[in-house]
Amino acid sequence: MSKKLSRRQFLTYTLGSTAGFLGAGMLFPMVRFAVDPALKKGEGGNFVDVNLPLSEVTDKPKSVQFKVHKKDGWYSFDEVLTAWVLRDKGKILALSPVCKHLGCTVSWESNPQFPNTFFCPCHFGRYTKDGTNVPGTPPAKPLDHYETKEANGKLLIGPLLKT
Amino acid sequence: MLRAIYDWVDERLDITPLWRDVADHEVPEHVNPAHHFSAFIYCFGGLTFFVVVIQILSGMFLAMYYVPDIINAHASVKFLQNEVAMGAIVRGMHHWGASVAIVMLFLHTLRVFFTGSYKHPREFNWIVGMLIFFVMLGLGFTGYLLPWDNKAYFATKVGVEIAASVPYLGPYIATFLQGGDIVGAQTIARFFALHVFFFPAALLGLLGAHFILIRRQGISGPL
Ligand code: HEM
Ligand code: FES
Repeated sequence: MSKKLSRRQFLTYTLGSTAGFLGAGMLFPMVRFAVDPALKKGEGGNFVDVNLPLSEVTDKPKSVQFKVHKKDGWYSFDEVLTAWVLRDKGKILALSPVCKHLGCTVSWESNPQFPNTFFCPCHFGRYTKDGTNVPGTPPAKPLDHYETKEANGKLLIGPLLKT
Repeated sequence: MLRAIYDWVDERLDITPLWRDVADHEVPEHVNPAHHFSAFIYCFGGLTFFVVVIQILSGMFLAMYYVPDIINAHASVKFLQNEVAMGAIVRGMHHWGASVAIVMLFLHTLRVFFTGSYKHPREFNWIVGMLIFFVMLGLGFTGYLLPWDNKAYFATKVGVEIAASVPYLGPYIATFLQGGDIVGAQTIARFFALHVFFFPAALLGLLGAHFILIRRQGISGPL
Protein backbone atom coordinates (compact mmCIF):
# COMPACT_ATOMS: atom_id res chain seq x y z
CA MET A 1 0.00 0.00 0.00
CA SER A 2 1.29 3.42 -0.87
CA LYS A 3 1.78 5.91 1.95
CA LYS A 4 0.38 8.68 -0.22
CA LEU A 5 -3.10 9.84 0.60
CA SER A 6 -5.32 9.07 -2.36
CA ARG A 7 -7.71 11.70 -3.65
CA ARG A 8 -10.62 9.46 -2.66
CA GLN A 9 -9.33 9.07 0.87
CA PHE A 10 -8.64 12.78 1.20
CA LEU A 11 -12.20 13.53 0.15
CA THR A 12 -13.58 10.90 2.51
CA TYR A 13 -11.69 12.40 5.42
CA THR A 14 -12.60 16.02 4.64
CA LEU A 15 -16.24 15.31 3.97
CA GLY A 16 -16.40 13.01 6.98
CA SER A 17 -14.91 15.52 9.38
CA THR A 18 -16.98 18.41 8.03
CA ALA A 19 -20.13 16.34 8.44
CA GLY A 20 -18.98 15.24 11.88
CA PHE A 21 -18.32 18.83 12.91
CA LEU A 22 -21.72 20.02 11.68
CA GLY A 23 -23.46 17.04 13.26
CA ALA A 24 -21.72 17.58 16.57
CA GLY A 25 -22.58 21.28 16.52
CA MET A 26 -26.20 20.28 16.11
CA LEU A 27 -26.27 17.42 18.57
CA PHE A 28 -24.15 18.86 21.37
CA PRO A 29 -26.71 21.44 22.60
CA MET A 30 -29.52 18.91 22.41
CA VAL A 31 -27.66 16.20 24.31
CA ARG A 32 -26.40 18.69 26.91
CA PHE A 33 -30.01 19.86 27.30
CA ALA A 34 -31.23 16.30 27.82
CA VAL A 35 -28.63 15.28 30.41
CA ASP A 36 -28.87 18.53 32.39
CA PRO A 37 -30.78 16.99 35.34
CA ALA A 38 -27.89 14.58 35.89
CA LEU A 39 -25.38 17.44 35.97
CA LYS A 40 -27.33 19.86 38.18
CA LYS A 41 -26.26 20.27 41.78
CA GLY A 42 -28.92 19.38 44.33
CA GLU A 43 -30.49 22.19 46.32
CA GLY A 44 -28.57 23.09 49.46
CA GLY A 45 -31.09 22.46 52.21
CA ASN A 46 -32.13 24.99 54.80
CA PHE A 47 -32.75 24.23 58.43
CA VAL A 48 -36.39 24.23 59.47
CA ASP A 49 -37.78 24.67 62.94
CA VAL A 50 -39.78 21.51 63.57
CA ASN A 51 -41.47 23.01 66.59
CA LEU A 52 -40.14 20.47 69.04
CA PRO A 53 -38.67 21.57 72.39
CA LEU A 54 -35.36 19.82 73.02
CA SER A 55 -36.73 18.57 76.31
CA GLU A 56 -39.13 16.36 74.36
CA VAL A 57 -36.30 14.60 72.54
CA THR A 58 -35.79 11.44 74.56
CA ASP A 59 -34.29 8.00 74.28
CA LYS A 60 -37.48 6.83 72.66
CA PRO A 61 -37.60 7.58 68.89
CA LYS A 62 -40.34 9.99 68.01
CA SER A 63 -41.81 10.54 64.55
CA VAL A 64 -41.57 14.21 63.63
CA GLN A 65 -43.12 15.74 60.53
CA PHE A 66 -41.80 18.90 58.97
CA LYS A 67 -42.23 20.82 55.74
CA VAL A 68 -39.52 21.71 53.27
CA HIS A 69 -39.89 23.77 50.16
CA LYS A 70 -39.25 21.59 47.14
CA LYS A 71 -38.69 22.66 43.53
CA ASP A 72 -39.37 20.00 40.94
CA GLY A 73 -38.65 21.59 37.56
CA TRP A 74 -41.32 24.26 37.07
CA TYR A 75 -43.38 22.95 39.96
CA SER A 76 -42.77 24.13 43.56
CA PHE A 77 -44.51 22.77 46.58
CA ASP A 78 -44.12 22.08 50.27
CA GLU A 79 -43.09 18.52 50.80
CA VAL A 80 -43.91 16.91 54.14
CA LEU A 81 -41.00 14.85 55.42
CA THR A 82 -40.73 12.59 58.42
CA ALA A 83 -37.75 12.02 60.69
CA TRP A 84 -37.35 9.70 63.64
CA VAL A 85 -35.89 11.94 66.33
CA LEU A 86 -34.16 10.55 69.40
CA ARG A 87 -31.30 11.03 71.79
CA ASP A 88 -28.60 8.40 71.53
CA LYS A 89 -25.80 8.55 74.11
CA GLY A 90 -26.61 12.20 74.64
CA LYS A 91 -26.41 13.00 70.93
CA ILE A 92 -29.52 14.01 69.01
CA LEU A 93 -30.26 11.92 65.92
CA ALA A 94 -32.84 12.58 63.23
CA LEU A 95 -33.12 9.42 61.13
CA SER A 96 -34.68 9.19 57.71
CA PRO A 97 -37.54 6.66 57.56
CA VAL A 98 -36.54 5.52 54.07
CA CYS A 99 -35.35 1.92 54.16
CA LYS A 100 -31.87 1.41 52.72
CA HIS A 101 -32.89 -1.84 51.12
CA LEU A 102 -35.37 -0.73 48.47
CA GLY A 103 -36.95 2.43 49.80
CA CYS A 104 -40.01 1.39 51.82
CA THR A 105 -40.86 3.22 55.03
CA VAL A 106 -39.52 2.04 58.36
CA SER A 107 -41.09 2.72 61.77
CA TRP A 108 -40.10 2.21 65.36
CA GLU A 109 -41.30 -1.01 66.92
CA SER A 110 -44.06 -1.45 64.36
CA ASN A 111 -43.69 -5.21 64.54
CA PRO A 112 -44.31 -6.63 68.03
CA GLN A 113 -41.98 -9.52 67.16
CA PHE A 114 -39.03 -7.14 67.06
CA PRO A 115 -39.01 -4.79 70.03
CA ASN A 116 -36.49 -1.99 70.26
CA THR A 117 -35.81 -1.84 66.51
CA PHE A 118 -36.84 0.07 63.42
CA PHE A 119 -38.81 -2.30 61.25
CA CYS A 120 -39.47 -2.29 57.53
CA PRO A 121 -42.56 -4.28 56.47
CA CYS A 122 -41.53 -4.83 52.86
CA HIS A 123 -38.85 -7.46 53.35
CA PHE A 124 -38.49 -7.48 57.13
CA GLY A 125 -35.50 -5.15 57.22
CA ARG A 126 -34.40 -4.14 60.73
CA TYR A 127 -32.25 -1.41 62.25
CA THR A 128 -31.10 -0.79 65.80
CA LYS A 129 -32.05 2.40 67.59
CA ASP A 130 -29.13 4.42 66.21
CA GLY A 131 -30.10 3.35 62.69
CA THR A 132 -27.53 0.61 62.21
CA ASN A 133 -28.81 -2.14 59.96
CA VAL A 134 -29.17 -5.50 61.64
CA PRO A 135 -26.91 -8.02 59.87
CA GLY A 136 -28.81 -10.85 58.21
CA THR A 137 -31.76 -8.61 57.28
CA PRO A 138 -32.03 -7.16 53.76
CA PRO A 139 -30.66 -3.60 54.25
CA ALA A 140 -26.92 -3.35 53.64
CA LYS A 141 -26.43 0.15 55.04
CA PRO A 142 -27.54 2.12 58.11
CA LEU A 143 -30.44 4.60 57.84
CA ASP A 144 -29.55 8.03 56.46
CA HIS A 145 -29.83 10.88 58.89
CA TYR A 146 -30.68 14.54 58.73
CA GLU A 147 -28.36 17.24 59.95
CA THR A 148 -29.67 18.81 63.13
CA LYS A 149 -29.11 22.08 64.98
CA GLU A 150 -30.33 23.43 68.27
CA ALA A 151 -31.54 26.97 68.72
CA ASN A 152 -33.37 28.55 71.66
CA GLY A 153 -34.13 25.17 73.15
CA LYS A 154 -35.77 24.02 69.92
CA LEU A 155 -34.76 21.45 67.34
CA LEU A 156 -33.95 22.43 63.76
CA ILE A 157 -33.71 19.82 61.01
CA GLY A 158 -31.52 20.38 57.94
CA PRO A 159 -30.47 18.56 54.79
CA LEU A 160 -30.31 14.80 54.51
CA LEU A 161 -26.81 13.38 54.76
CA LYS A 162 -26.58 10.56 52.26
CA THR A 163 -24.17 7.73 52.94
CA MET B 1 -12.15 -0.43 14.28
CA LEU B 2 -15.20 1.18 12.66
CA ARG B 3 -14.29 -0.60 9.46
CA ALA B 4 -14.15 -3.92 11.33
CA ILE B 5 -17.58 -3.34 12.91
CA TYR B 6 -19.01 -2.40 9.53
CA ASP B 7 -17.50 -5.47 7.88
CA TRP B 8 -18.79 -7.72 10.64
CA VAL B 9 -22.35 -6.42 10.19
CA ASP B 10 -22.09 -6.34 6.41
CA GLU B 11 -20.90 -9.92 6.23
CA ARG B 12 -24.09 -11.04 7.99
CA LEU B 13 -26.66 -8.54 6.72
CA ASP B 14 -25.27 -7.52 3.32
CA ILE B 15 -26.08 -3.85 3.88
CA THR B 16 -23.72 -2.45 1.23
CA PRO B 17 -26.16 -2.83 -1.68
CA LEU B 18 -28.82 -1.03 0.37
CA TRP B 19 -26.96 2.23 0.81
CA ARG B 20 -25.07 1.91 -2.48
CA ASP B 21 -28.43 1.98 -4.22
CA VAL B 22 -29.31 5.18 -2.36
CA ALA B 23 -25.92 6.86 -2.69
CA ASP B 24 -24.77 5.89 -6.18
CA HIS B 25 -26.54 7.98 -8.71
CA GLU B 26 -25.39 10.55 -11.16
CA VAL B 27 -25.74 14.22 -10.38
CA PRO B 28 -26.37 15.77 -13.80
CA GLU B 29 -24.20 18.73 -14.73
CA HIS B 30 -27.07 21.22 -14.88
CA VAL B 31 -27.93 20.70 -11.19
CA ASN B 32 -24.34 20.81 -9.91
CA PRO B 33 -23.37 24.21 -8.47
CA ALA B 34 -19.70 23.35 -9.13
CA HIS B 35 -20.49 23.57 -12.85
CA HIS B 36 -23.03 26.37 -12.94
CA PHE B 37 -23.27 28.41 -9.80
CA SER B 38 -26.92 29.24 -10.47
CA ALA B 39 -27.65 25.55 -9.95
CA PHE B 40 -27.71 26.25 -6.21
CA ILE B 41 -31.46 26.64 -6.60
CA TYR B 42 -31.54 22.84 -6.84
CA CYS B 43 -30.33 22.65 -3.24
CA PHE B 44 -33.52 23.95 -1.67
CA GLY B 45 -35.24 20.57 -1.58
CA GLY B 46 -32.32 19.02 0.27
CA LEU B 47 -32.13 22.03 2.58
CA THR B 48 -35.81 21.66 3.41
CA PHE B 49 -35.18 18.05 4.35
CA PHE B 50 -32.17 19.07 6.46
CA VAL B 51 -34.26 21.58 8.40
CA VAL B 52 -37.03 19.01 8.86
CA VAL B 53 -34.45 16.67 10.42
CA ILE B 54 -33.43 19.48 12.78
CA GLN B 55 -37.10 20.08 13.65
CA ILE B 56 -37.69 16.44 14.42
CA LEU B 57 -34.55 16.14 16.55
CA SER B 58 -34.98 19.39 18.47
CA GLY B 59 -38.70 18.65 18.90
CA MET B 60 -37.94 15.25 20.41
CA PHE B 61 -35.59 16.87 22.89
CA LEU B 62 -38.05 19.67 23.75
CA ALA B 63 -40.63 16.99 24.48
CA MET B 64 -38.39 15.74 27.31
CA TYR B 65 -39.38 18.82 29.31
CA TYR B 66 -42.54 20.15 27.69
CA VAL B 67 -45.98 19.37 29.15
CA PRO B 68 -49.14 19.87 27.06
CA ASP B 69 -51.46 21.20 29.72
CA ILE B 70 -53.06 24.60 30.29
CA ILE B 71 -51.64 24.97 33.80
CA ASN B 72 -48.12 23.73 33.19
CA ALA B 73 -47.37 24.27 29.50
CA HIS B 74 -46.17 27.85 29.80
CA ALA B 75 -44.27 27.16 33.02
CA SER B 76 -42.56 24.15 31.47
CA VAL B 77 -41.48 26.14 28.40
CA LYS B 78 -40.19 28.95 30.62
CA PHE B 79 -38.31 26.41 32.70
CA LEU B 80 -36.75 24.58 29.77
CA GLN B 81 -35.73 27.83 28.13
CA ASN B 82 -34.31 29.62 31.16
CA GLU B 83 -33.21 27.00 33.63
CA VAL B 84 -32.10 23.98 31.63
CA ALA B 85 -28.59 24.14 30.12
CA MET B 86 -28.70 25.15 26.42
CA GLY B 87 -32.48 25.47 26.66
CA ALA B 88 -32.53 28.75 24.78
CA ILE B 89 -30.50 27.14 21.99
CA VAL B 90 -32.60 23.99 21.68
CA ARG B 91 -35.87 25.94 21.79
CA GLY B 92 -34.32 28.49 19.41
CA MET B 93 -33.47 25.75 16.92
CA HIS B 94 -37.08 24.58 16.92
CA HIS B 95 -38.60 28.09 16.97
CA TRP B 96 -36.51 29.57 14.14
CA GLY B 97 -36.23 26.25 12.33
CA ALA B 98 -40.01 26.19 11.96
CA SER B 99 -39.88 29.38 9.90
CA VAL B 100 -36.73 28.41 7.99
CA ALA B 101 -38.37 25.10 7.02
CA ILE B 102 -41.34 26.89 5.48
CA VAL B 103 -39.07 29.41 3.69
CA MET B 104 -36.92 26.60 2.24
CA LEU B 105 -40.02 24.69 1.21
CA PHE B 106 -41.34 27.78 -0.55
CA LEU B 107 -38.03 28.43 -2.39
CA HIS B 108 -37.92 24.77 -3.43
CA THR B 109 -41.48 25.07 -4.78
CA LEU B 110 -40.52 28.20 -6.73
CA ARG B 111 -37.56 26.35 -8.28
CA VAL B 112 -39.79 23.48 -9.32
CA PHE B 113 -42.30 25.91 -10.75
CA PHE B 114 -39.86 28.04 -12.75
CA THR B 115 -37.92 25.07 -14.13
CA GLY B 116 -41.23 23.52 -15.18
CA SER B 117 -40.32 20.36 -13.30
CA TYR B 118 -43.93 19.73 -12.30
CA LYS B 119 -44.81 18.65 -15.86
CA HIS B 120 -45.54 15.09 -16.97
CA PRO B 121 -44.41 12.56 -15.73
CA ARG B 122 -43.69 14.43 -12.49
CA GLU B 123 -47.17 15.83 -11.85
CA PHE B 124 -47.74 13.21 -9.17
CA ASN B 125 -44.70 14.41 -7.27
CA TRP B 126 -46.04 17.96 -7.42
CA ILE B 127 -49.17 16.67 -5.71
CA VAL B 128 -47.13 14.85 -3.06
CA GLY B 129 -45.18 18.09 -2.59
CA MET B 130 -48.39 20.04 -2.05
CA LEU B 131 -49.47 17.51 0.58
CA ILE B 132 -46.08 17.98 2.27
CA PHE B 133 -46.71 21.73 2.19
CA PHE B 134 -50.07 21.35 3.96
CA VAL B 135 -48.63 18.97 6.54
CA MET B 136 -45.84 21.47 7.26
CA LEU B 137 -48.41 24.24 7.66
CA GLY B 138 -50.27 21.92 10.02
CA LEU B 139 -47.10 21.40 12.06
CA GLY B 140 -46.54 25.14 12.23
CA PHE B 141 -50.13 25.84 13.23
CA THR B 142 -50.36 23.16 15.91
CA GLY B 143 -46.85 23.86 17.27
CA TYR B 144 -47.54 27.55 17.62
CA LEU B 145 -50.17 26.92 20.30
CA LEU B 146 -47.94 24.78 22.47
CA PRO B 147 -46.02 27.50 24.43
CA TRP B 148 -49.48 28.64 25.64
CA ASP B 149 -48.67 32.33 25.83
CA ASN B 150 -50.84 35.18 24.56
CA LYS B 151 -49.44 35.01 21.06
CA ALA B 152 -50.08 31.26 20.92
CA TYR B 153 -53.61 31.58 22.24
CA PHE B 154 -54.77 34.37 19.96
CA ALA B 155 -53.03 32.98 16.88
CA THR B 156 -54.93 29.76 17.42
CA LYS B 157 -58.21 31.59 18.01
CA VAL B 158 -57.73 33.46 14.75
CA GLY B 159 -56.80 30.25 12.91
CA VAL B 160 -59.81 28.42 14.27
CA GLU B 161 -62.16 31.28 13.33
CA ILE B 162 -60.77 31.29 9.81
CA ALA B 163 -61.49 27.56 9.63
CA ALA B 164 -64.96 28.23 11.06
CA SER B 165 -65.77 30.50 8.13
CA VAL B 166 -65.83 27.57 5.70
CA PRO B 167 -69.41 27.31 4.34
CA TYR B 168 -71.58 24.65 6.05
CA LEU B 169 -68.69 22.61 7.49
CA GLY B 170 -67.02 25.53 9.31
CA PRO B 171 -68.55 25.07 12.76
CA TYR B 172 -67.82 21.35 12.72
CA ILE B 173 -64.20 21.93 11.74
CA ALA B 174 -63.81 24.51 14.52
CA THR B 175 -65.25 22.17 17.14
CA PHE B 176 -63.03 19.37 15.90
CA LEU B 177 -59.92 21.55 16.04
CA GLN B 178 -60.75 22.90 19.49
CA GLY B 179 -61.87 19.55 20.84
CA GLY B 180 -64.74 21.51 22.36
CA ASP B 181 -66.25 24.96 22.11
CA ILE B 182 -63.31 27.04 23.34
CA VAL B 183 -59.55 27.13 22.78
CA GLY B 184 -58.58 25.46 26.04
CA ALA B 185 -57.48 22.34 27.85
CA GLN B 186 -58.72 19.97 25.18
CA THR B 187 -57.28 22.05 22.36
CA ILE B 188 -53.73 21.96 23.69
CA ALA B 189 -53.92 18.19 24.23
CA ARG B 190 -55.03 17.45 20.68
CA PHE B 191 -52.73 20.02 19.12
CA PHE B 192 -49.86 18.36 20.92
CA ALA B 193 -50.89 14.92 19.67
CA LEU B 194 -51.23 16.24 16.13
CA HIS B 195 -47.95 18.12 16.39
CA VAL B 196 -45.73 15.32 17.66
CA PHE B 197 -47.43 12.13 16.42
CA PHE B 198 -49.87 12.54 13.53
CA PHE B 199 -48.25 15.21 11.39
CA PRO B 200 -44.62 14.00 11.76
CA ALA B 201 -45.73 10.47 10.82
CA ALA B 202 -47.62 11.81 7.79
CA LEU B 203 -44.65 14.00 6.89
CA LEU B 204 -42.18 11.10 6.98
CA GLY B 205 -44.48 8.95 4.84
CA LEU B 206 -44.92 11.72 2.28
CA LEU B 207 -41.19 12.50 2.21
CA GLY B 208 -40.52 8.81 1.56
CA ALA B 209 -42.93 8.87 -1.38
CA HIS B 210 -41.39 12.14 -2.62
CA PHE B 211 -37.87 10.70 -2.63
CA ILE B 212 -38.85 7.37 -4.20
CA LEU B 213 -40.58 9.24 -7.01
CA ILE B 214 -37.47 11.36 -7.58
CA ARG B 215 -35.32 8.24 -7.87
CA ARG B 216 -37.76 6.58 -10.26
CA GLN B 217 -38.23 9.62 -12.48
CA GLY B 218 -34.82 11.25 -12.22
CA ILE B 219 -34.22 14.95 -11.93
CA SER B 220 -35.85 17.01 -14.67
CA GLY B 221 -33.67 18.13 -17.60
CA PRO B 222 -31.98 21.50 -18.15
CA LEU B 223 -33.99 24.48 -19.32
C1 HEM C 1 -41.34 20.25 10.24
C2 HEM C 1 -41.60 19.95 11.44
C3 HEM C 1 -42.03 20.89 12.58
C4 HEM C 1 -42.42 22.22 12.57
C5 HEM C 1 -42.55 23.13 11.37
C6 HEM C 1 -42.69 22.60 13.94
C7 HEM C 1 -43.13 23.84 14.38
C8 HEM C 1 -43.28 24.26 15.70
C9 HEM C 1 -43.57 25.59 16.16
C10 HEM C 1 -43.86 26.80 15.27
C11 HEM C 1 -43.59 25.59 17.53
C12 HEM C 1 -43.78 26.78 18.46
C13 HEM C 1 -42.40 27.16 18.93
C14 HEM C 1 -42.27 28.47 19.64
O1 HEM C 1 -43.17 29.33 19.50
O2 HEM C 1 -41.24 28.64 20.33
C15 HEM C 1 -43.33 24.24 17.95
C16 HEM C 1 -43.28 23.83 19.28
C17 HEM C 1 -43.05 22.53 19.70
N1 HEM C 1 -42.78 21.43 18.88
FE1 HEM C 1 -42.63 21.46 16.85
N2 HEM C 1 -42.48 21.51 14.74
C18 HEM C 1 -42.08 20.44 13.96
C19 HEM C 1 -41.80 19.15 14.36
C20 HEM C 1 -41.86 18.70 15.69
C21 HEM C 1 -41.65 17.33 16.12
C22 HEM C 1 -41.34 16.18 15.17
C23 HEM C 1 -41.79 17.31 17.49
C24 HEM C 1 -41.67 16.16 18.48
C25 HEM C 1 -41.57 14.90 18.22
C26 HEM C 1 -42.09 18.65 17.94
C27 HEM C 1 -42.29 19.03 19.27
C28 HEM C 1 -42.58 20.32 19.70
C29 HEM C 1 -42.76 20.70 21.08
C30 HEM C 1 -42.64 19.78 22.31
C31 HEM C 1 -43.05 22.10 21.07
C32 HEM C 1 -43.34 22.99 22.31
C33 HEM C 1 -42.09 23.63 22.88
C34 HEM C 1 -41.91 25.08 22.50
O3 HEM C 1 -42.87 25.75 22.19
O4 HEM C 1 -40.75 25.55 22.55
N3 HEM C 1 -42.13 19.47 16.82
N4 HEM C 1 -43.14 23.45 16.82
S1 FES D 1 -37.38 -2.15 51.38
FE1 FES D 1 -37.11 -2.31 53.52
S2 FES D 1 -36.57 -4.36 53.74
FE2 FES D 1 -36.80 -4.24 51.58
